[in-house]
Amino acid sequence: MTFYVITEGIIAFLLVAGGLFAFTGSLGMLKLKDFFMRLHGPTKGTTLGIGCVLIASMLYFTVTQREFHVQELLITLFLFITAPVTGHMLAKTGLHMHLRFYTGTRGSLPEFRDEDVGQSRVARPARAHHPWRTKAKRSRLKRREIV
Amino acid sequence: MLDTALWISLTLIVMAMAMNVYRLAVGPDVPDRLLALDTLYVNSIALIVLLGLWLNTKTYFEAAILIAMLGFVGTMAICRYLLRGDIIE
Repeated sequence: MTFYVITEGIIAFLLVAGGLFAFTGSLGMLKLKDFFMRLHGPTKGTTLGIGCVLIASMLYFTVTQREFHVQELLITLFLFITAPVTGHMLAKTGLHMHLRFYTGTRGSLPEFRDEDVGQSRVARPARAHHPWRTKAKRSRLKRREIV
Repeated sequence: MLDTALWISLTLIVMAMAMNVYRLAVGPDVPDRLLALDTLYVNSIALIVLLGLWLNTKTYFEAAILIAMLGFVGTMAICRYLLRGDIIE
């Protein structure tokens, strides 16, 4: 009897934790400032929340119907594989569409600069160079009239 | 105990879906709405699993798997359309 009480407690805890994580992820998507911050909530919080809910369901049906029940594990695995892929593609879409981003973000990523393909011949180095010294290098190249 | 936990989880997930619908309605750009749709289908999977727990049946897991796979494919298709201007080149 005590086994069932402990299992019920575990299932109840997992259900409440899953609901809380899903709620937190959606709250982050609602309240954060720009798209690249908003991307963090659903890809981490909501995925963890639904994992908790699915594991609770798996435990419940395994205990009550006395047979091992792994279909939820399939959904969990699929979601845990596809959530980072979706986040990556959404971030690429946001970078491609030049969305506004909060200026507290430090550094200047190469993706945030304007695309210079097709406008002028830019010498692309084989090695990645320092991100803040490109302007001096470009002006030096322009003085020698290479570009 | 399980009944109370089910009610709490149901309430939290329905509130999360309401917030997703708000972001879907007022999202300033297209990727925001796409992100809202993505989160909405993930939350609907959780809702379906909770329905299966509530009714004590195993019928609804195929629907959950179907929603997971088709939601992923749909999000990928819209991302690809926004990135490349075409889905299958």
